[in-house]
Amino acid sequence: MKRPDYLLFDRDTRSIIFGMQTNAVQRMLDFDYCCKREKPSVAAIVDPGRTDTFKCFYGKKEIFVPVYPDLAVACAKHPDADVLINFASFRSAFETTKQALDQDQLRTIVVIAEGIPERFSRHLRALALRRRKVIIGPATVGGIAAGAFKIGNTGGTIDNIVSSKLHRAGSVGFVSKSGGMSNEAYNIISRNSDGLFEGIAIGGDAYPGSTLLEHLLRFEANPAIKMLVCLGEVGGEEEWRIVEAVKQGRLKKPLVMWVTGTSIKYMPKGIQFGHAGAKADARRETAEAKNQALREVGVIVPASFDDFGQAIKHTFDKLVAEGQHKPIADVDAPPIPMNYKEAVARNLVRRPTNFTCTISDDSGDELVYAGHKISKVISENYSVGEVIGLLWFKERLPKWAASFMENVLKLSADHGPCVSGAHNTIVTARAGRDLMSAVASGILTIGPRFGGAVAGAALSFKAAYDAKMTPDEFVASMKQKNQKIQGIGHLIKSLKNPDMRVVLLKKFAKENFPKTPLLDYALEVEKLTTAKKDTLILNVDGAIGVLSVDMMYGLGWDEERIQSVVDSGGLNGLFLLGRTIGMIGHYMDQTRMKAPLYRHPWDDVLYDLPPQVK
Amino acid sequence: MAQRGIREYHGKKMMARHLPTYLGDGFGYDGKIVLVDRHTDWAQLKEENPWLGKEPLVAKPDQLFGKRGKHGLVLVKKNFDETKAWIKERMGKETKVGEITGTLTHFLIEPCIAHDQEYYVAIKSGAEGDTIYFSLEGGINVEENWEKVIAIQVPVLEGIEGVDVEKALPKDLGKNRQMVATFLVGLYKMFADLHFAYLEINPFAIADGKIIPLDLVAKLDDTAEFCAGKLWGDDIEFPAAFGRELTPEEQKVRELDALSGASLKLTLLNPDGRVWNMVAGGGASVIFADTVCDLGYAKELAFYGEYSGDPSTQLTYEYAKVVMDLMTRKAHPEGKTKALIIGGGIANFTDVAKTFTGIIMAMKEFAGKLKKVNTRIYVRRGGPNYHEGLANIRKAAEDLGLPIEVHGPEYHMTRIVKDALQA
Repeated sequence: MKRPDYLLFDRDTRSIIFGMQTNAVQRMLDFDYCCKREKPSVAAIVDPGRTDTFKCFYGKKEIFVPVYPDLAVACAKHPDADVLINFASFRSAFETTKQALDQDQLRTIVVIAEGIPERFSRHLRALALRRRKVIIGPATVGGIAAGAFKIGNTGGTIDNIVSSKLHRAGSVGFVSKSGGMSNEAYNIISRNSDGLFEGIAIGGDAYPGSTLLEHLLRFEANPAIKMLVCLGEVGGEEEWRIVEAVKQGRLKKPLVMWVTGTSIKYMPKGIQFGHAGAKADARRETAEAKNQALREVGVIVPASFDDFGQAIKHTFDKLVAEGQHKPIADVDAPPIPMNYKEAVARNLVRRPTNFTCTISDDSGDELVYAGHKISKVISENYSVGEVIGLLWFKERLPKWAASFMENVLKLSADHGPCVSGAHNTIVTARAGRDLMSAVASGILTIGPRFGGAVAGAALSFKAAYDAKMTPDEFVASMKQKNQKIQGIGHLIKSLKNPDMRVVLLKKFAKENFPKTPLLDYALEVEKLTTAKKDTLILNVDGAIGVLSVDMMYGLGWDEERIQSVVDSGGLNGLFLLGRTIGMIGHYMDQTRMKAPLYRHPWDDVLYDLPPQVK
Repeated sequence: MAQRGIREYHGKKMMARHLPTYLGDGFGYDGKIVLVDRHTDWAQLKEENPWLGKEPLVAKPDQLFGKRGKHGLVLVKKNFDETKAWIKERMGKETKVGEITGTLTHFLIEPCIAHDQEYYVAIKSGAEGDTIYFSLEGGINVEENWEKVIAIQVPVLEGIEGVDVEKALPKDLGKNRQMVATFLVGLYKMFADLHFAYLEINPFAIADGKIIPLDLVAKLDDTAEFCAGKLWGDDIEFPAAFGRELTPEEQKVRELDALSGASLKLTLLNPDGRVWNMVAGGGASVIFADTVCDLGYAKELAFYGEYSGDPSTQLTYEYAKVVMDLMTRKAHPEGKTKALIIGGGIANFTDVAKTFTGIIMAMKEFAGKLKKVNTRIYVRRGGPNYHEGLANIRKAAEDLGLPIEVHGPEYHMTRIVKDALQA
């Protein structure tokens, strides 16, 4: 649809956003929803080198905005888009804006970046004039057509949009350099008239892509706009061109205008205000001279910015009183659901959690293990055993207990390549799988027959001990149930050929634990079982199991807490954790040697199939 | 920032470095020039620049001010030792130039070259294009004889290629006409490629087939640093105007400004002033300063500054600390209250809660000192998360026992200035 030259944006205007500005896009869509637009104002996003979709909200509903790798593709796919909002940085904005000027369908290009070299900005303006296009910016937040189209971040949050009546068109046209002040001005205008029709911030640079006067002339031509408001600024000649236009009768609608920067005469010569263009090199460029000249040609110029609102109100009321304008009625805006994150930040919502964690916390500034900040853990040189204590038992263990855990890790770290865990790891590594797969396949063999008897041994020995069964009664009851005692028995080790690991663990416990009641009980049981068969010794799983319980007794924990650890089966974790070290080693060993795929030899398998069917 | 003045020395060095690219090696400017400051090792300088010992010299201060001859600050046709003595006598001295008093810190030295005719050239950038000004009669009286200056317009899109410079030059140039034309085209190309905003050589001369720039004034567009910085050279600097050397606090803010995409500015006006405007936004900050002056309190305005572009909490904190440090160094000379005006319009995207958190952090640090100098705080702000920001700053001030008034967008932006001044 062709829009008249004076109208850059209406309720059907569609735009392309250059740069992955997700917040700005969401704010534009929130505005659209508030204005009850038929279609969202953002047709597409261009993010160089990326093809994607961006999921955002339109009211409560989620919608997709396509993301294209370049502008030409986006234009081809969305021929209805005639506005580009260019968020490219000051380094690349020149090139990307030139590309945009080459796209016939784009009529208006907004350049957000601040700090574009003046020669480049000037060049862009000249190109735009030649091609009869409009550039808004650089160094701007953009502008807004109330109730129709919002450029990027203009107008701030949706509450401000609604409280400044920007969700529906009023009758005032506004233009200024400053983006921040334009938002302030929308607020002032909404309080002193029936609201804004369109507002533009042309940006604070010395060579803006379009000028204050050009936008005022557009507003003059637009029959929906009844009065004009403009904020000028010290520096440059632009306001003098407005003086000329008023004199020549090219601007006839009532114009309320104030030129800021009256304080510059009190400042050191050559001071640079916040805007690059705000710099008076000559008397003509001062705010006083411009305000005076504007006043002389009949522009409504207040005594100071303090009276700006009053001047607008007076002018608007006069239009209404003279019957030249009927104030536009207010419209309710549909509420925009607040983002959950923001609602949380503002303490407005609560919801029950699905998960609970009582051991570690990464939500603050610093990682915490059970109340111990990671910086404390490192600076005070906590041992691995102490860290295990924090994360498994939520307390810093005394040295003897931490050392016990570390000893268990050391002596269970590996047991050669032939045990099931290492074997599986090796075969998997040789099949070319990654570390995680190889170690996982090793871990999956841990169970009652291999390494996983720690928890079972602790459970059954402790149950018997707690029930005050004599070792005789215990062995007899197990025999009666026809159950093996977990933690008893070894394939090759025996009383005469003891397992050095068990010897070391027992020695350590005897020397360091406050007491070892369950070990003592298990050794009584061992006496009975080894009497039957030499290899029915307390094995390494059994020793770790009963000593873990003794450790908890020694720590003075109450019965309930100890039983819950035993019942959880978590004590198998000591073996699991220790042996993982070895399995990782085996994985690295195999990959280092580039060991090929392993195929088991036929002659090592007995093939005993049913007879062949004929 | 934007257009900023550079030293004559750097401007001439750029000519020496880049003109051959445009003019060929046939003629140009030889770049015999040195810059000296109080750290200069004179013996080493002479060793590295043997011409200093062989030729008669010219010396003058190089600190962005003109009319040096009028103020007796140009030394002509002296040898190395005489020049050295002359500079040493003036180095570090407070000197009055026109209305402004400043310290002499930088001098340039060049060979003194005999010449006849002095020409004038200036290139100025403007909205519609650049203009090359040329006059056969260069020197200090060029402005009085402005009707003799010819102006050559260079349109933005077409550039210098479409302009017949030689034809535009006065016929009186005689045999030098073609050479001057070639020089002007080369100079213009350098001007454009290096993002000069202004370049004036007044006067320049031609001697022995070489261009002799006798006096040069230049401004660069400092936003072009990313694309032209290499051409400017590693030693480029943008000195403060003469008599306006940056205070350490201004320097600190300039450094903070360079850290991120956000904008932070501070120019100290009167450290004894009552009114301390810590205002967000390039536009609003000017209006707050205007309002103080319009109400007749210009003398009480302590500084001009602004913070904008969604600065981080940390950056705002650093900026607020500089302001609070400056304002709490001593009590007001007449024992009056000091006003800290934390003002701003309705932000588009700057997070008010986040920036206020930075201000509150500084407030907590300076609470004791702020009370000691009798500070009252006035806040007016709107924008994303402003409810939270305003509530936080009110609570913080009340907890710290600092008197505070807090307003949102419902209150006219600059009314707090009146409130503060009439308290």
